Amino acid sequence: MDPMMPPPVRRIAVDRDPYVAPPRPIANGSAPAAPAAAVTRLRTARTPAAHVRQRMSIESVWLAYGENWVVRDVSLPVREGEVLAMIGASGSGKTTLLRSLNRLTEITAGAARSGQITLDGQDIHELEVNDLRRRVTMVFQQPNPFPMSIFDNVAYALAERPARGGRRRRRSPEIEHAVAEALHRAGLYDEVAGDLERSALRLSGGQQQRLCIARALAANPEVLLLDEPCSALDPISTATIEELIVELRESVAIVIVTHNLQQAFRVADHVAFMHLGELVEYGTSEQVFDRPSEQRTRDYISGAFG
Amino acid sequence: MSTAELAPRPPSGSAIARPPRERTSSWPLADRIGYWLCWAVGIGLCLIALGIVLFMLVKGISYLRPSMFVESPADEIKQSRSGGFLDPLVGTLIVAVVGIAIAAPTGVAIATWLSEYRRPSWLARAVESAIEMIAGVPSVVLAIFALIIFVQPFLGFLSDTDAGGAVSGKSFFAAGAVMAALALPLVVASTREALAQLPDRLREASYALGRTRSTTIRRVLLPAIRPEIASGTALGLGRIIGDTAIITLVLGLTLTNEGVGHVPVISTLRGTGSTLTSYIYTNSPAGEGGSPQKAYAAAFVLLLIVLALNGIVTMLTGGGGDRDGGLLNRAFRLIPYSSRLNWR
Repeated sequence: MDPMMPPPVRRIAVDRDPYVAPPRPIANGSAPAAPAAAVTRLRTARTPAAHVRQRMSIESVWLAYGENWVVRDVSLPVREGEVLAMIGASGSGKTTLLRSLNRLTEITAGAARSGQITLDGQDIHELEVNDLRRRVTMVFQQPNPFPMSIFDNVAYALAERPARGGRRRRRSPEIEHAVAEALHRAGLYDEVAGDLERSALRLSGGQQQRLCIARALAANPEVLLLDEPCSALDPISTATIEELIVELRESVAIVIVTHNLQQAFRVADHVAFMHLGELVEYGTSEQVFDRPSEQRTRDYISGAFG
Repeated sequence: MSTAELAPRPPSGSAIARPPRERTSSWPLADRIGYWLCWAVGIGLCLIALGIVLFMLVKGISYLRPSMFVESPADEIKQSRSGGFLDPLVGTLIVAVVGIAIAAPTGVAIATWLSEYRRPSWLARAVESAIEMIAGVPSVVLAIFALIIFVQPFLGFLSDTDAGGAVSGKSFFAAGAVMAALALPLVVASTREALAQLPDRLREASYALGRTRSTTIRRVLLPAIRPEIASGTALGLGRIIGDTAIITLVLGLTLTNEGVGHVPVISTLRGTGSTLTSYIYTNSPAGEGGSPQKAYAAAFVLLLIVLALNGIVTMLTGGGGDRDGGLLNRAFRLIPYSSRLNWR
């Protein structure tokens, strides 16, 4: 609840209750990627990020569509160097809150808001909206690559500045470098490097989603928003993306909305539990999952874990 | 080999049961009558289409001479000396190019505005009604209206002005402009439909990367619906090529294409002429009846052009339904996107 929660000090859990992070089901146990032990390691043996710095702050935010207030008085910090997971049932307002962070809520007619959201101390509503959306980018639930080549998908996100040389800018070495780097960061480069001109629609679902992450990273954002990025993917692609998320938190602040509590536990440093628009509980994932202080949190977590 | 024998085999012969074929004899009488009517109408339509093509094929091939493609029509009673239909063929081409050059960009722009902006909404509704109205107006009405417009003195540069200062109003420019009105609704409809079918997540993805609405339209939405724009344009071309009334009223119906002025291309565009449709009309027994054989030959050529256009539309839209299967879509993927896209 307290927005001024101290930065997380990661303790390595040796004697964690085994039920908290049950191994993810992997077909036949023969899958090459991430068997149960590796998944647990992703969580427990991970070292805290080198530095943690607050990038965004959500202060007493209310959000409505029409007369219907779907987010009620939520305050949260968003820090670089950590992953913030927002969990909660459908209709709890977590996706709306996420979309408000880069003002995507504004494209819905009838959206209303109150309270303040700041990015590096600046009110996001005073920033130019497209600048804001380049600094706070988003990856959606459904992989949504554009119907173009892989290269063009990523290049599309790069900031366009008028070329000095001429009116028309051909593919420059800088752009190629930036695209390759974004694909590297999203862990996709080795798989697609052979043919960047291939249509993005020909990639698998997991690859498409990583392409969308690459696209979102290409503009070098300060904050990366992920709206249930794995819900349309198979377990192996999910594991790949989760590892990616944990890696990325070193360089970018990450906010992830997820229905999957195990996923939240695996990737998040801080967890915010929302219910019917209210922020019920906020804390480190150990606090929220092991020692929830609110009865509603306890009910939700235990219900979901069976 | 023993493992292959142990593997389960698919059943064969009498072990396979299939659902019996549906018999219409068990249907109620009214259903059966309706069913057979559908059959009859379907076969009848196929027969009519086949009849047209076969009749035109036989007539066309028997009268068509290669020389007709390179000779201008001449005012002679004798069939052997009345020339070919080079000028009408070129005329058809000019009218189609002028018409589509106006209709395609305008139509795409209108459709984009209607689909993506729609503001102010009263204007959008008015534009929708206007386009529907234009789509419904008979082309001869469009043509007679255009005659009033293009004889205005300030539009004299588009056609010929006689010694007394009266503007003729009849030219390829004028006919092409009216033809654009004919093709416009088709381009608008197919573009709008395609934009409406694009998923919103494409737009959201672009906005979420800090791209403006207009960049999204130019670089994501319109490239994505290129096949549909092309098919709308091809449909519009078909309308233009097939129209006779506008040509009769607004193109002057001269035997050959007569230029006005001395600037090479402009003079032809300002001048009068004829197209394949008007050539067929004037040469057929219904018109002045000069040479029905040549009318048949020209009609055959016209039919081939229109059929080819239809074929192109079918290929572009992938035979209907399958979005990924369209020829243009497939060709589209082969070309590096970035090398085509240097505009923002």
